Amino acid sequence: MDKGPIPADAAPADAVQAVVTLRVDGESRRLAVDTRTTLLDALHERLGNTSPKKGCDHGQCGACTVLLDGERALSCLALAVAYDGAEITTADGLAADGALHPVQQAFVDHDAYQCGYCTPGQVCSAAGMLGEARRGWPSHVTADLAADPALTDAEIAERMSGNLCRCGAYVNIVPAIRAVAGTAAAGPAGGVR
Amino acid sequence: MRPFAFIRPTDVAEAVRTVAGHPGAVYLAGGTNLVDHLKLGVARPDLVVDVRTLTSREVTDTGDGGLRIGAAVTNSELAADRRLRERYPVLAQALLSGASGQLRNVATTGGNPLQRTRCVYFQDVTAACNKREPGSGCSAVGGYTRYHAIFGVPESPDAAAPDTCIATHPSDMAVALAALDARVRARGPAGTREIPFGQLHRLPGDDPSRDTVLAHGELITAIDLPPLPDGARSAYRKVRDRASYAFALVSVAAVVAMDGGLVSDARLALGGVAHKPWRAARAEEALLGRPATEEAFRAAADAELAGARPQPGLGGGNGFKIPLAARAIVATLRELAGGLT
Repeated sequence: MDKGPIPADAAPADAVQAVVTLRVDGESRRLAVDTRTTLLDALHERLGNTSPKKGCDHGQCGACTVLLDGERALSCLALAVAYDGAEITTADGLAADGALHPVQQAFVDHDAYQCGYCTPGQVCSAAGMLGEARRGWPSHVTADLAADPALTDAEIAERMSGNLCRCGAYVNIVPAIRAVAGTAAAGPAGGVR
Repeated sequence: MRPFAFIRPTDVAEAVRTVAGHPGAVYLAGGTNLVDHLKLGVARPDLVVDVRTLTSREVTDTGDGGLRIGAAVTNSELAADRRLRERYPVLAQALLSGASGQLRNVATTGGNPLQRTRCVYFQDVTAACNKREPGSGCSAVGGYTRYHAIFGVPESPDAAAPDTCIATHPSDMAVALAALDARVRARGPAGTREIPFGQLHRLPGDDPSRDTVLAHGELITAIDLPPLPDGARSAYRKVRDRASYAFALVSVAAVVAMDGGLVSDARLALGGVAHKPWRAARAEEALLGRPATEEAFRAAADAELAGARPQPGLGGGNGFKIPLAARAIVATLRELAGGLT
């Protein structure tokens, strides 16, 4: 569905504008952006999708994690103009047809958050990470690089190290992800990819 | 952030022509370092040229047992490649020890070795920094030197001198590529040239603003890994302030082969200790032709570290890197020796 172009922000005279189309949570959105706009700011400030969060805005905290063409990535370090035509799934879009994604349900079941600010990034990261593990991707703690790694707690913690939680909910985040990893519902990234 | 124009050329040739002819232009691939620098004001281009989808995203066999890695191959894809995991574990391990899953998913083969130092004074535009602002001096000297160099630096650097720089190169991948004697394919306006990986990065010399020998506009299009000798083993070991998602204080990439009980090939590169991936030539020399014993490993590490120049600084400086690097070298070699015959 194309809702048509969204007008540009008021910008200084020397700003450069570009028109991009982003497919966000299944919906095609066309908008003019200042070339300096990150994907995170385009989602948040222009498209009203407040699901990815701005934590550090420097790629250090993971709160802005989305699935970018199916793979987890940091929306704060991506320029919107560089991802014209890309498919973006936010935590909001993980929940299809009113049903929570298995990772989201597991976070609820395991009380895997406190303040919740990092949670949309955590669930997108976990969904992407489960897909990576399913494809046999190794990690820093994989002892045998030639084998397909099993998702032990150490593997989950290492693979999720790019998502910080200042409330320290890690003790429940790891079991939540472990619960999904052990089910068929995990799918390739829970059906996202 | 300074405004900039943005283009995505149709091919590599057009991209190279554009950047080479435009002093204020920069290449953008994964953007994990550049976009941050745009925000910080460290990078102030007026034209950003997107090459993320222009170069190859394939890893191909070169026919002689080696691999050619397209510049657009992501760090994640490369680390997951079965051929790499079997033939070049040192590179897979180095990639997996760097950054986070999200960053590795977009960081590229061409971009990773060209990431810039994480020296806090380089990233702070209010600080003096010869790398960012040539001639302004070096705030790192006498500052917080925990992450700074112990090789390729003067014994007593002059903070006010226009060429002083004690920054380290942050890439893990580059340390493994140095040990593997990789070759960089770079495209410029006049064509493609091959650069031995060990010659890609520079020491600060008289111009710390230049990290590599690449000319403005030259673009890395692929990196070639030559085959390793039969029976060679390789490994990467990284020591850092936390267990994951942190830059190296010290890292070691090692490739070792044995023949008749003696070391027949030894390649060692150190990360976190110099302005470039530091090839430990003295240690290699000390190992060659020796049996793979703990004593030989210690002698090799000591031979290399004898040339180190620790930097004083806040919090005790970085002299701790000397024993740390020595132990990391010995531990890496010991791990490899376990499987060598």
